[in-house]
Amino acid sequence: MTRDTSYAAVMARKNEILKACVGLDYALFERSPIRFDYEGLLSSPGYSLAEVQRIQAETGVGRTPLVELRNTTDLVRSISRAGKGARIFVKDERCNPSGSFKDRRASLSVYHAAKLGYKGVACGSSGNYAAAVASQAAKRNLRTIILQEVFDSRKVGQPEILEKTRTCEAYGAEVWQLSVGPELFYVMLRVAEETGFFNASLWIPTGILGIETLGYEVAVEMKEREGRFPDAVVITNAGGGNVTGTTRGLAKAGSTKTAIIGASVDLRGLHMASDLDFNRKSFTTGHSGFSVPFMTLPDRTDVPRNAARQLRYLDRAVFVTQGEVFYATDLLAKLEGLDRGPAGNTSLAAALAIAREMDRDEILVVQETEYTGAGKLPSSQLTFARENGIEVRRGDPRENVPGKAIVIPEGPEQIRVEDLDLAKIRRSYVEKAVGAAAGYRPTEEDVRFLAEDSKSTVEFVRSALPR
Amino acid sequence: MVDEARRGDLVQIHIVVFRPEERTANIPDCTKAVPYEAWVKGFLLDESARIGDPVRVKTFAGRELGGDLAAINPAYDHSFGKPPVELIRASLEGRDRLGGAG
Repeated sequence: MTRDTSYAAVMARKNEILKACVGLDYALFERSPIRFDYEGLLSSPGYSLAEVQRIQAETGVGRTPLVELRNTTDLVRSISRAGKGARIFVKDERCNPSGSFKDRRASLSVYHAAKLGYKGVACGSSGNYAAAVASQAAKRNLRTIILQEVFDSRKVGQPEILEKTRTCEAYGAEVWQLSVGPELFYVMLRVAEETGFFNASLWIPTGILGIETLGYEVAVEMKEREGRFPDAVVITNAGGGNVTGTTRGLAKAGSTKTAIIGASVDLRGLHMASDLDFNRKSFTTGHSGFSVPFMTLPDRTDVPRNAARQLRYLDRAVFVTQGEVFYATDLLAKLEGLDRGPAGNTSLAAALAIAREMDRDEILVVQETEYTGAGKLPSSQLTFARENGIEVRRGDPRENVPGKAIVIPEGPEQIRVEDLDLAKIRRSYVEKAVGAAAGYRPTEEDVRFLAEDSKSTVEFVRSALPR
Repeated sequence: MVDEARRGDLVQIHIVVFRPEERTANIPDCTKAVPYEAWVKGFLLDESARIGDPVRVKTFAGRELGGDLAAINPAYDHSFGKPPVELIRASLEGRDRLGGAG
């Protein structure tokens, strides 16, 4: 029987396709039109932290070096007030098999897929996660299909994503290089239906549980070396997986007072589904185009419920500019001998500003680095930006305009972070959650869920409910 | 440039997933005005084909796909780019603030 493959027909089969390709019935965890059993969902695959550590060790994932950035700390202290300038550490996640922390997510999901008997894995990702899935699948002898948003309508590819195509093909994956648009999800559903492969979505429980080891390692190693947990951890934030998994891992080691700070590149004004804006971005993830929508509407993903829930864990969320991240990237290479990619350097840029506010005896951890190379380096991206009509110059980063001007700071004292108004975002989250359940009146339990899910209080949620 | 591919060559195929009028509603006009396209690599299953011909390939994942022949073993041509002079100056100045030799 030939099934109808029109957009509408495939979307209408979405739930049955997803149930088959993630091996999980999300309906079991729904409790009301608003509320679901989050911890129940996360524990449903049945992996303890110790088991995740064992599974990751099998494929060489994790246990990456935690490196103190002494020269960077000195530079920050030279521009800080007396007594200020926290020690900055970085978790060198580049040392994972495919070069980023995404191996932690992929390792557990691919293991899970193999355990459930799937013959292959598929995933929609233009970033390091795609490489991680392809690498882990190679290790577990599963076939891989990767869907990437690569080209604008001129068939001009974003260099960082072209690099990701190359590396995924190197790992033996079938790569779909797609043009700009949200229809990638449709292609994903068709691939799942045609192949019976596992959908290694970023947002399934194993995709989050795999990251908990990162936070756990940071907390345990810092406690051993310095006798204390980190005072703050800066986490590059897009969909919220890194924030969620890292914070949960820190807590599992007892580090519950550590301030969790999400950092994103400011790309406000550029539309994520715009064919014209697509190649006016120098950053393909870790930016505001993902982080802000995911905060207020976490379940807007390729699975019914997102296991990554950043608002639950964030104490603070900040923006940095593209020019500041390029500067942090080049400083890391020249001050610390670490040539690394843009993902972790987004939080490093934020750390350069945040460490100045903190006391000298405090500890600030940047919890990831990623590999770099052709397509990913500032040299690649700034060359590409100029080819696409973007102005690149030195000056005050405040003059940065996404899609128009990239301003490289004159010096480190110009780096600053812009704080997002989390109260406003939490309010918007509550409004959207209640709005999506039109005609349903939230119960006391729903209100408690919304408070937990937004790291707020029952009183706050009540004040945000529509009258 | 070789414009004829033979069976077993590594090629890239082009697939129009949606024509503009078939695209989803909630996207910007500039995106809606163009087709939704895909390019995938694989080994050619036809005896021979020229650019633009409908062909079938076997992908790296081992399955068969059909599309139009777009390219024969296209290069990975993303590069390291030019050294960004402003950025290099800025970070060397930052380094020099630390003192040290030189």
